[in-house]
Amino acid sequence: MSARPHSSFSFHRVGAMVLRYWYLLRSSWPRMLELIYWPMVQMLTWGLLQFYLAQNSGFFARTGATLIGAMLLWEILFRGQLGFSISFLEEMWARNLGNLMMSPLRPAEFVIALMVMSLIRLVIGMVPVFLLALAFFGFNVTDLGFAFAFFFINLILTSWSIGILVSGLLVRNGMGAESLAWTLAFLILPITCVYYPVTVLPGWLQTVAWALPPTYVFEGLRALVIDHTFRADLMLEAFALNVLYFCAAAFAFLRLLESARREGSLMQTGE
Amino acid sequence: MPSPPAISVSQLVKVFKATTAVAGISFDLVPGSVTGLLGGNGAGKSTTIAMIMGLTLPTSGTVQVLGAQMPRERYQVLHRMNFESPYVDMPMRLTVRQNLKVFAGLYGVEDANARIAALSEEFDLTDFIDRQTGKLSSGQKTRVSVAKSLLNRPEVLLLDEPTASLDPDTADWVRMRLEAYRKATGATVLLASHNMVEVERLCDRVIMLKKGEIKDDDAPERLLARYGRDNLEEVFLDVARGRREAREVMP
Repeated sequence: MSARPHSSFSFHRVGAMVLRYWYLLRSSWPRMLELIYWPMVQMLTWGLLQFYLAQNSGFFARTGATLIGAMLLWEILFRGQLGFSISFLEEMWARNLGNLMMSPLRPAEFVIALMVMSLIRLVIGMVPVFLLALAFFGFNVTDLGFAFAFFFINLILTSWSIGILVSGLLVRNGMGAESLAWTLAFLILPITCVYYPVTVLPGWLQTVAWALPPTYVFEGLRALVIDHTFRADLMLEAFALNVLYFCAAAFAFLRLLESARREGSLMQTGE
Repeated sequence: MPSPPAISVSQLVKVFKATTAVAGISFDLVPGSVTGLLGGNGAGKSTTIAMIMGLTLPTSGTVQVLGAQMPRERYQVLHRMNFESPYVDMPMRLTVRQNLKVFAGLYGVEDANARIAALSEEFDLTDFIDRQTGKLSSGQKTRVSVAKSLLNRPEVLLLDEPTASLDPDTADWVRMRLEAYRKATGATVLLASHNMVEVERLCDRVIMLKKGEIKDDDAPERLLARYGRDNLEEVFLDVARGRREAREVMP
């Protein structure tokens, strides 16, 4: 036998999947460019808007870099989810899901590989944008200090939860659900109050907003930039919610996968 | 004492909404055997293979592979199995070598580079091993796909129409390699096919499916004798069209 002994969880299999996505990514420079292109366009747009408002309004002059900071944090959430979902979609586009599902790869290993890939894509896409934000607008993400680590962890956890849910829906419903990968995160954009405080929302919508972890992050960012206060309580609440949503998304993914097995749709992953 | 079956299927049923794809089939495959699963389109061959691999859940009935209950215990045996089907692609943008490396990793193949080198030699992949898989001809893709299915030296090999859309020369070439692999390793092979020449040549047993039911199950030469035919294609048409009943022959 040339196969390694059976093991319940294998980092080797996770590594094989990460390698698969890495090969794919590096084979195409347009894919690499696309990782940087949109965040850079967003950063320039919001950075220039902030620059203009700061010149014409005392309030915006005082609030410093909340707009560009919020935009960069939103990009972490959105690009993190997109990195997860696109890697999963690659399997659907390549009609490779049958191969993977009939291999010893376990769902948990698959999901972890997608999470690692989401981080890799995020680093490739966002580090140049952070550097350009510093060069063009003097916004230094490291000025957020250790708070940035808390913001990042909470946002990436939310992005993975959405990515896992979207992947489950793709497995179950095929490519008909592809548009969810590009749009689902935007559903929470207005409610999580990326660019304005929660108090702007009507009362009932504030309740919904506080049920979403990113709301705590963006409120935390404003507290830090405007009031120079790190709100650890907000970060802990966001983390608790994230754990809950992550578990719920993982559960939904497993149920949707089982449903796809029942429907026999894993061999036909087209439209 | 006879060795336990490599694959044991019992009263297997699969119903998709109002359609019964597999209607209560049962069979055991002895280790080292090559069995052909014959039937027309929609006979239930691919669904049966998908249930054996644990990819599709049965509506009722049981499947055991190498002693493991499928799909519940599939992770105990999936690393000892493999499959090949022209209906499942390998990632097109990866090179052949990259694809084989990834699947070697997934199957936990030790000394993957040596195994890939040996397979590329055996399956004549060397000329295009660093070319993108999507840029290969269908014959080359099939050779890559068969090589992938043998990466982990599977004890159970499931082949879903492995030579579909291949020219006769390439198809024959693939059959030779599969035959050689089976002889060298004693693997159990289940082959779903429309190709009667392939089945006659490779299989020591044929299970004929029609509308999800087993219509006949015997060695190829015994089927020929029982239906009074010279080749399996005629037997297949007899079963598919219900035009001639088999007669009993002395063992």
